[in-house]
Amino acid sequence: MDSETFNLPQYEIPEDLRHAVAVTTLDRLYNWGRRSSVWPLMFGLACCAIEMIAAQTARYDMARFGMEVMRPTPRQADLLIVSGTVTKKMLPPIIRLYNQMPEPKYVVAMGACASGGGPFKEGYNVVAGIDKFLPVDVYIPGCPPTPQALIAGLIKLQEKIDKQTIKEASWYKRKVKDPNYVPVPILGPDLIDPRRTADIKAAAAQKE
Amino acid sequence: MTMPAPASTATVDLAARFPDVVQLDARPDYTGFIVEKDSLLEVAAAIRDEFGFDLLSSVTGVDYAPDKMEVVYHAYRTSGGPGLAFKVQIPRIDPVEVPSLIHLWPGVDLQEREVWDLLGIKFSGHPDLRRILMWEGFEGHPLRKDWKEGFYEEDVKPFKSRWPQGKFAMAEDLNPFGDNLTFPKNFDPEKWIPEGEALLYGALARYTVENEDGISSDRIVINMGPHHPSTHGVFRAVMTLEGETIKGLKPVLGYLHRNHEKIGERNTFLQNMPYTDRLDYFNSMTNNFGYALAVEKLMKIPVAERADYIRVIVSELSRIQNHLVFIGTLLNDLGAMYTPSLYAYEERELVLDVFEAISGSRMMCNYYRFGGVVRDIPDDVMQKIKDLVYERIPPKTDELDRMLSENEVLLARMRGIRMINAEDAVAYSITGPVLRAAGVPYDIRRADPYGIYDRFDFDVAVRYNGDLMDNYLIRIDEIRQSLRILDQAIRQIPQGPINSQKPAYQVRVPAGEAYGRIESPKGELGFYVLSNGKPNPWRYHVRAPSFVNVTALEKISVGTKIADFVVLLAMFDMVMGECDR
Repeated sequence: MDSETFNLPQYEIPEDLRHAVAVTTLDRLYNWGRRSSVWPLMFGLACCAIEMIAAQTARYDMARFGMEVMRPTPRQADLLIVSGTVTKKMLPPIIRLYNQMPEPKYVVAMGACASGGGPFKEGYNVVAGIDKFLPVDVYIPGCPPTPQALIAGLIKLQEKIDKQTIKEASWYKRKVKDPNYVPVPILGPDLIDPRRTADIKAAAAQKE
Repeated sequence: MTMPAPASTATVDLAARFPDVVQLDARPDYTGFIVEKDSLLEVAAAIRDEFGFDLLSSVTGVDYAPDKMEVVYHAYRTSGGPGLAFKVQIPRIDPVEVPSLIHLWPGVDLQEREVWDLLGIKFSGHPDLRRILMWEGFEGHPLRKDWKEGFYEEDVKPFKSRWPQGKFAMAEDLNPFGDNLTFPKNFDPEKWIPEGEALLYGALARYTVENEDGISSDRIVINMGPHHPSTHGVFRAVMTLEGETIKGLKPVLGYLHRNHEKIGERNTFLQNMPYTDRLDYFNSMTNNFGYALAVEKLMKIPVAERADYIRVIVSELSRIQNHLVFIGTLLNDLGAMYTPSLYAYEERELVLDVFEAISGSRMMCNYYRFGGVVRDIPDDVMQKIKDLVYERIPPKTDELDRMLSENEVLLARMRGIRMINAEDAVAYSITGPVLRAAGVPYDIRRADPYGIYDRFDFDVAVRYNGDLMDNYLIRIDEIRQSLRILDQAIRQIPQGPINSQKPAYQVRVPAGEAYGRIESPKGELGFYVLSNGKPNPWRYHVRAPSFVNVTALEKISVGTKIADFVVLLAMFDMVMGECDR
């Protein structure tokens, strides 16, 4: 962030201090730090993961946005890029990874499959969009999205981070239970979402 | 114009050798032989030992609802030539059971498990017949014709129900569970006890062992994946360790099982083309090739001459970028984190630029059509290809070779670490670079040429030590051979039409079966397509090299150190999209 947007406009700083002093808000400083070091989880699912890797390489170079540090462990990651088709068999590990990420955490649904099932939506082992289970911050269209599209999506995420404020940040609030905790689905005769057991039971009783 | 080669011609008269139990498959446009179930083992042994079909390439099943099911085997000779298809028919009454061929060809292990999982055909004598792509406890066998998925609308596309009374309905609203779900009647989720993974852990080498002094000790069980940076996707391996040595290993697949085959049965023939892109997502150009070959065999149509050359050019470019990426990721796995990858991806981007210019997409090209390709290569793009082939890739390959091949660390990690020997590689149905690095010069482009590969002068890359170093070096050899083929193809390509057919959304495919196979960068990629004359295939099966090659992982890994396992796995160059389908 250059000093023009970093400084608050209404504060006039004397000429000789301009390069040494900045007057800004805590939110701006805090968000500037966070948006410039979003560390994604090193986690690929399918075709989109290859474009995610391509976005890291020399031609596209995600490092320009402070996102080159891919962490293989969720404990050190800020961003989950769901890059590919989410299958029912893979869903429990994904949810577990998400639950292990510390706050603040963000989810990007990369590509058609992660956003809504894509070409494989009707597949019996396919979850039609990760947003049925996780709160998604940015959707990136494409099959697969080009590296440029991924970077555009991540810039959108940075804009979203810019708008957040410490005062209302949920991760500093006192709480007994993690509000973002997602119960891990169970693999039964088909995928069982623990939040929907009553629905499933009722619908199964109706079935001829 | 090249006519498609006849589908896996029966070159031997199996029916004469076994007059009572084998008969020629007489259905029109079917090939091969039908074997009595009870004599399958005897006949299969003769096919392998007397007739010399030592490579059992593919095992799959077909559901001829409502009366019978069929298991289809495709066997080939590693010395080359056309193959032999043999089939077993069983009445469709549960339990559907066929003897397992695992003692003749251990390579059928995972394929038989897949047929059991998806079609519910039991293989008696199989030591570890568990579900493989779905999980234990899943209801039903999805590829059976009477099994309906949660978002089922109609048997075949295009769905009439998609546009009733001029407005669309979400699939979620049509399903009673509000999602892509099916549960048995009166199912109670609260009473469900998950099957867990007791069967999986039971199948591993025992993890409590008696020592010589009579004290029992535990082996360590390690789960590697499905989320692990070096498994190249969502592959999971469960192993038991003694110290650092691997004592038992089972691959767990299905984390990217996207139901290509079920969706493929609903699609029209042409609608499947973009789906093949997403199998091995590094090589959509070669995937298209295999599928186009299979359907062209069924349709009995020729391929336009210019299109034949274009197909060779894009396939070999695809092979080059695949092997470059392989080398980059291999070095990642060896600990040279990211720098070699950056070099590899730099070249790959240039190849993708060509693909984007001719097909419109970087990765999912959807470029082939039955009878040709969809767009011509313009002159300026042809110039780009020439620059790549003559100016850019050869020196860059030499650079990688110079920087890596004699690197001390690489030699210490890879030289002399055994992978697999030639005999086992054939028995385990391994194909592709791993087989050739073990000393078997089997390359389908030469052994059973497809397209116009018989016109080109190139050497089948082969190495004889079968260690990790050879598996790495053979990729560089293959890049150089691909450049040779490209050189000839660029010189010889004629002008002319790019498709022998008129462009059409719907093609007429006569009834019959076809097995189209190509040498993809990973190994033998086969498409078994079955038509009954309708606009949609009755069965669409993908014989994926990554999936079949991984059968040998257990055999290769047991006895090696866990630190080498990552490299062993990298050598298969697996892509999960193709492995799990």
